[in-house]
Amino acid sequence: MALIKNGLLVRDTFENAAGLDELPDRGAVLVSLDQWREHRDQLLRRRERLGLLLLSDQHPKEISADVHYFDLIALDFPGFRDGRAYSYARLLRERFKFTGELRAVGDVLLEQLHYMHRVGFNSFDLDSEQPLAEWKTAAGEFSVWYQPTADGRATATELRHWRNERLRASAM
Amino acid sequence: MYRYDEFDQELVSERVEQFGRQVTRRLNGELNEDQFKPLRLMNGLYLQLHAYMLRINVPYGCLSSRQLRALAHIARVYDKGFGHFTTRQNLQFNWIKLEDVPDALAALAEVEMHCIQSSGNCIRNITSDQYAGRASDEIEDPRVFCEIIRQWYTLHPEFAYLPRKFKIAVTGSPNDRAAVAVHDIGLRMHVNSAGEPGFEVIVGGGQGRTPHIGKTIRDWLPVEQLLSYLEAILRVYNLYGRRDNIYKARIKILVNHLGINEFRRQVHEEWEFIKDGSLNIPHEEINRINAYFAPPAYEKLDDLGPELDGLGETNDEFQAWMRSNVAEHKVAGYAIVNLSLKGPDRPPGDLTADQMDAVADLADHYSFGELRVNHRQNLVFVDVKQSELKELWGKLKSLGLATPNIGHVTDMICCPGLDYCALANARSIPIAEKITERFEGLKRLHAIGDLTINISGCVNACGHHHVGNIGILGVDKKGKEYYQFTLGGSSDQNASLGDRTGPGFSADEAAGAVETIVNTYLDVRQNGEPFLDAYRRVGMAPFKEALYGAD
Repeated sequence: MALIKNGLLVRDTFENAAGLDELPDRGAVLVSLDQWREHRDQLLRRRERLGLLLLSDQHPKEISADVHYFDLIALDFPGFRDGRAYSYARLLRERFKFTGELRAVGDVLLEQLHYMHRVGFNSFDLDSEQPLAEWKTAAGEFSVWYQPTADGRATATELRHWRNERLRASAM
Repeated sequence: MYRYDEFDQELVSERVEQFGRQVTRRLNGELNEDQFKPLRLMNGLYLQLHAYMLRINVPYGCLSSRQLRALAHIARVYDKGFGHFTTRQNLQFNWIKLEDVPDALAALAEVEMHCIQSSGNCIRNITSDQYAGRASDEIEDPRVFCEIIRQWYTLHPEFAYLPRKFKIAVTGSPNDRAAVAVHDIGLRMHVNSAGEPGFEVIVGGGQGRTPHIGKTIRDWLPVEQLLSYLEAILRVYNLYGRRDNIYKARIKILVNHLGINEFRRQVHEEWEFIKDGSLNIPHEEINRINAYFAPPAYEKLDDLGPELDGLGETNDEFQAWMRSNVAEHKVAGYAIVNLSLKGPDRPPGDLTADQMDAVADLADHYSFGELRVNHRQNLVFVDVKQSELKELWGKLKSLGLATPNIGHVTDMICCPGLDYCALANARSIPIAEKITERFEGLKRLHAIGDLTINISGCVNACGHHHVGNIGILGVDKKGKEYYQFTLGGSSDQNASLGDRTGPGFSADEAAGAVETIVNTYLDVRQNGEPFLDAYRRVGMAPFKEALYGAD
């Protein structure tokens, strides 16, 4: 597996503890929702970076008041057809104001990276031999968007508006 | 009609390039069929019984003559010289080769057309009233809002992997010609007590193996809030629609499981967060889109009045055509003309490349270079001068497109069936042919009056059999094709699902069963009431007895 974060190939600095019986003593960890609920105090006392893994049937409203504790939230795609996490990502970014790393994990296809980026993911766990090249292809596939979403890109409607303003200004 | 600006064009061009890369990867073996399937499906490319099928979006049924000529070109160069218009107002090519698809898409992009989201579990091509902007019973032109919605759902990143496909239809008229009650979302324009136009929002309608008439989730929605409301519905569906069973994944199942009141509560809870946000449609944008749908340069004419009736022509066929295929226009001196794609010589909805070119020429000459596709698989010229009707009729007749049967028994909706489709259990086209043969006589056809027959070759109901006045469903019974009948279905403003008559009929018996049903109707008919009214009055009993004999 390879991790692309903010357009760069990086090393994953979080230890995936989601399946472990015991939490590691030190270092950044990624924990499950159950672990977070059960070991919340212990995890906060560690004073290490903290990541949370949410499965596709775990709505982020469960942790909406806690998002500021997490440096990383990973949303799982159990199959590429399961699109729930696209909505979760937008809710985390737009409604719950999560500003940390939002990572797509699981069955993540090249062709989906563009959509994932648009809804607010900024890192991607890819099963690929050329992750960086794949990311660059996917990220550059489109330059026009109609919908206002979490990535804050200007929509076609906004671009049209600005174009018309410019035309008006230059005509004066 | 709407024209692409630089932004719309850029998006479609980028999509063509993207798909070209994907096809190359498939052809050189980097992608196997499993990996390629979801990609091609997002682009309207199906693998059918004999070949790939390419489904091209015709947004809300509006086509220019230039676009139709491009479709003719594709039919000739990349297919077998014909195309098939569908109940989604789209066009399908049934014999396309994978290696030709990128070139076909590039040819489409040149005329502002594409196949984005014409299949897959995403928001599909939006449909509407084929008389939009021209009907005298209309509140406002629905195409403006269709286009705004079309842009919103095109490559919408949140809703590309829904539990199942999602279809939206819009009507601006109280007389529903767009079947909005059998869509995942149906929008019906209403004026509120303050005189402002807005939309009634209907949700959870659909056909397939569990048909439902949609339920009203909101009586009146301001037009500016249309997109935020749609987004709230889609988000609730995306999060809570079933993903464990493909047959229970449509929104109608969720709506019925929760009940409309609970579903509404969840949608409104979501909507509260977003309803005054960046999805509100600015008036500047509504006006910008509206300008594209400005009426053409009509001449100042008077209605022809009584002399329009037959236009001095004693020809029975012409008079029949005037009665069934020509509809009222809101502008004096003009008429709406339906082109029937249900002649005796063709599968319903098919048009050859030569006919496409000829129709494009006629559209240029008689109807400001535009035409429409309706959900009953016919074409429409919406701006024809009344004084030119007779001349146009002659030309359409020589093309085989003036069969005077719109709304009548032989104007059948018919899916491609087992002749083409990998999902079908039975053939539909030969059944339609046999019914057409039986009811060929003009006088008889018109004596029967308004009666819709819809035929599907399997339970997926692409032929809308649930909402046909007479519905015919092809099933496979121990390797033999059988046809089940339903009566009393309708997709108009008083939509209803048909009732099963009883056991099915063989392929040889099906057309005879239709005749029995029609004859029974003629027996019970009072005061010239149409079939649907008669059925709703007398119920199933007399039809059952005629079909199966007394108990």
